[in-house]
Amino acid sequence: MLNNIYNIFFIPEIFLACSSFVCLLFGLFLKKNAFRQTSNLAVFVLSLTILLVYYDSESNFANYKSLFSHSSFINFFKILALLGSIASIIISKDYFLGIKLKNFEIPVLFLFSTLGMMLMIASNNLMSMYLAIELQSLSLYVVAAIKRDSISSAESGVKYFILGALSSGILLYGFSLIYGFTGSMNFNEISFYLSKYDNLNLGLIFGLVFVMVGLAFKVSAVPFHMWTPDVYEGAPNSITGFFAIVPKIAAVALIYRFCLVPFENFYLEWSQIILFLSIASMFLGAIAAIAQSNIKRLLAYSSIGHIGYILIALVAANDDGIKAASIYMFSYMIMNVAIFAILLSLKVKNEYLINISDLKGLSKSNPIVSLSISIIMLSMAGIPPFIGFFGKFYVFIAAIEQELYVLSVLGVLASVISAFYYLRIIKIMYFDESISEGIINFQISFQSKIILSLSLFVIICFIFYPSLLINISASLTI
Amino acid sequence: MIDWPLVSVIIFLPLVGALIILFIKEDELTSINIKWAALLATLGTFILSLILWLQFDYSNPSYQYEEKFRWFDDFNFFYHVGVDGISLFMILLSTFLTPLCILASWNNIKKRVKEYMLSFLFLETVMIGMFASIDILLFYIFFEAVLIPMYLIIGIWGGNRRIYASFKFFLYTLLGSVLMLIAIIVMYRNTSSMSIEFLQGNYFSYNTQLFLWLAFFASFAVKIPMWPFHTWLPDAHVEAPTAGSVILAGVLLKMGGYGFIRFSLGMLPEATEFFIPLIMTLSIVAIVYTSLVALAQTDIKKLIAYSSVAHMGIVTIGIFLVNQQGLEGAMMQMISHGLVSAALFLCVGVIYDRMHTREIEFYGGLVQRMPLYATVFMIFMLGSVGLPGTSGFIGEFLVIVGAFKFSSYVVIGAAFGIILSAVYMLYLYKRIIFGTITNNKLAGILDINTREKIILIPLAISVILLGIFPNLFLDPMRLSLELIITNYEIANAK
Repeated sequence: MLNNIYNIFFIPEIFLACSSFVCLLFGLFLKKNAFRQTSNLAVFVLSLTILLVYYDSESNFANYKSLFSHSSFINFFKILALLGSIASIIISKDYFLGIKLKNFEIPVLFLFSTLGMMLMIASNNLMSMYLAIELQSLSLYVVAAIKRDSISSAESGVKYFILGALSSGILLYGFSLIYGFTGSMNFNEISFYLSKYDNLNLGLIFGLVFVMVGLAFKVSAVPFHMWTPDVYEGAPNSITGFFAIVPKIAAVALIYRFCLVPFENFYLEWSQIILFLSIASMFLGAIAAIAQSNIKRLLAYSSIGHIGYILIALVAANDDGIKAASIYMFSYMIMNVAIFAILLSLKVKNEYLINISDLKGLSKSNPIVSLSISIIMLSMAGIPPFIGFFGKFYVFIAAIEQELYVLSVLGVLASVISAFYYLRIIKIMYFDESISEGIINFQISFQSKIILSLSLFVIICFIFYPSLLINISASLTI
Repeated sequence: MIDWPLVSVIIFLPLVGALIILFIKEDELTSINIKWAALLATLGTFILSLILWLQFDYSNPSYQYEEKFRWFDDFNFFYHVGVDGISLFMILLSTFLTPLCILASWNNIKKRVKEYMLSFLFLETVMIGMFASIDILLFYIFFEAVLIPMYLIIGIWGGNRRIYASFKFFLYTLLGSVLMLIAIIVMYRNTSSMSIEFLQGNYFSYNTQLFLWLAFFASFAVKIPMWPFHTWLPDAHVEAPTAGSVILAGVLLKMGGYGFIRFSLGMLPEATEFFIPLIMTLSIVAIVYTSLVALAQTDIKKLIAYSSVAHMGIVTIGIFLVNQQGLEGAMMQMISHGLVSAALFLCVGVIYDRMHTREIEFYGGLVQRMPLYATVFMIFMLGSVGLPGTSGFIGEFLVIVGAFKFSSYVVIGAAFGIILSAVYMLYLYKRIIFGTITNNKLAGILDINTREKIILIPLAISVILLGIFPNLFLDPMRLSLELIITNYEIANAK
């Protein structure tokens, strides 16, 4: 119902796109404090976008020639991505100022990449999907390399770019095969075309596999995960935080939609791939993280492991699976926001914390912070009564509903292995005697403190009132 | 009957205490306040749990004091707690031992008193909650949450190899319990119910039962622990602080036995029937093997730890006999072991606090300097051996009586274990208590002080009380156990 031309600005994506340009101009013309002001504006813009997504009605989308789709699942993930984006901009503000990285382009690039993610989540067409992925990735490549005088940041940016470009190429090749064999780019039309056949022909299988490889790269599922630890390690911490929190949300939503919409009738074909990716990710994420000494690499492997669990829910491919994915993704976002809010405020000898062993003695010098880290770690390990447990619990419910017993048992075994490295962090904080005390200090801005307290509150108190989130995620349709 | 939510109050009172402690700022002066707050909270819990016992309806085999609230909207998961004859004494055991633990740690925990007390109070909440749960998922949440405080207690306040021990404890038990999670979900999928009450009586197909049984077995066999899954226990016991060992031996091991009765017997009767020979074999191996291992130990705590495995072997035999005597014996043995081994660890703690070593070699002739200590130690030692008149006797006797109905080989194995237990305990007692003092360092050792008397005398009284008036404890649990046996027999008769 676009009879009124102004309504077009109330479509969340268009609003966000326009506002991002406004932010860019705003930053350009500001002389002082450009970074801080632009960040604040970006947070404001993103919050408004959340409201727009929340009140968005289906009719607004009517004539996009079904390039994009509209559903409760899409809206949920959009809001999740926006929330993650807001949180990561807020928690990283002080860090950027601390390392004197004051380019106002950073929040603007975050906005553009968030826009790309929203489009990714909503895309209903191979072409729009590809363009959305590229919009998101290009912004992220730049952000990863934004610390121009740092070799590691540049390295991580280049590495991310080359591997990302390669995977995009593979993805595009897969799209071309699918288009060539089905004659359509639209998800629903592909689905309709494929419903006439009992099995996929060779060309489509190749297309499907290529697309899966490309998407696996985006969610960093094993064996396409190689970039993740390096990029996480090289990029400035705050940008690592953004990488860990937000793009995963969009990529997960995309892989769900791609598997469940155009290829819904060919469960057997894609589920084998996802099954392998899931098992490999869970185990590699769990085992490789054990040997890490750098907290960012550890979190990279931990996120790879989490992706493995989310893919279990995708293999289940039922309503419970969608529910599980949304609950898991929510808990993943909350836990990562919390841990990065802490990491971005911890300084060891005036340097931001990188090595896990530097956490030694934190429980003495800063008991509340170390308690918070412990709670987040236990939650990530999936120990009740924290939110991470319920994420895993719903994933296994979905898997068992589909009688995936072996996969579930492998999943819980991997979770035991991964518990080891989460416990190791608690061990370093609490059990190891610190040699020198007081070299760690924790400075947190008021806004990050609010974000941190809120996310900790959700992690701890989810158990007391779970129905709120669960009812929402139970009502989601893809 | 009581019309206020007694069980929930008992479960969450320690947590309230913990919240209060959280807001007491810790320094030299206030650490005593923290200790008092913890002691009062746990004592209050104990007194309330006594009301639970006094008001308990002996003629009702099913759950009493039930409380039920819907928790998750999307599936049948309730906050559902209550107490029956089986869980009543487990709860009492937890609430009885925790204040004693707080007292036992009064002086020897010097660093991080606040975190220590918080861990213990949280631990008490989850222990009681676990025994009181009538909903399996609630049970599971408490069952796993126990790991968090115990991990910290071993890891922060433990001995030299505490880190190894705490990791081993955590990962071992986690591995078992995650498999149980899968089993719980499978159960839910088949019945759409998570209620323990409902599942006891609605059975699964035979093959499903076998898999479920193995998953539960993985969890409880590690917890109780059965040979060959026991290796975490000696490490955890030796490295844990005294109070940690007390809770570990006194309550956490019982979680395994409790789980076997509730889940394996109650819900998976046909599979249990199938696996009985396995359990019996493992139990007898456990009893004989760990008794022999205990005989060779040089560390007092390790010896008692191995004796725990042997005693738990008697418990598993008793449970899987599935007859009245066997189950009652197993329950009595669990309660008795909870008291006796807890007391033995406290006794070790008494001399460890003074001499800071647990080597048996170091001691000898303590009776010369510590007559009172020698007396209470003897009561507990005899309780552990199973002398008539002490609590240990009732359990072992009933199990052996029950075992005669099953197989005389089992009787031989169990009896052999009991003899061996007398060997290693008496040998231990002889080495550290009797004789003359040869070690000069022991010359100035003091007998137990008032605080230690307050800890040990109630335990000694209850060990003897349990031995002389076993019906005080057997009567409330009898009907609940009978219910499980009847259901079991009906299921297997089909």
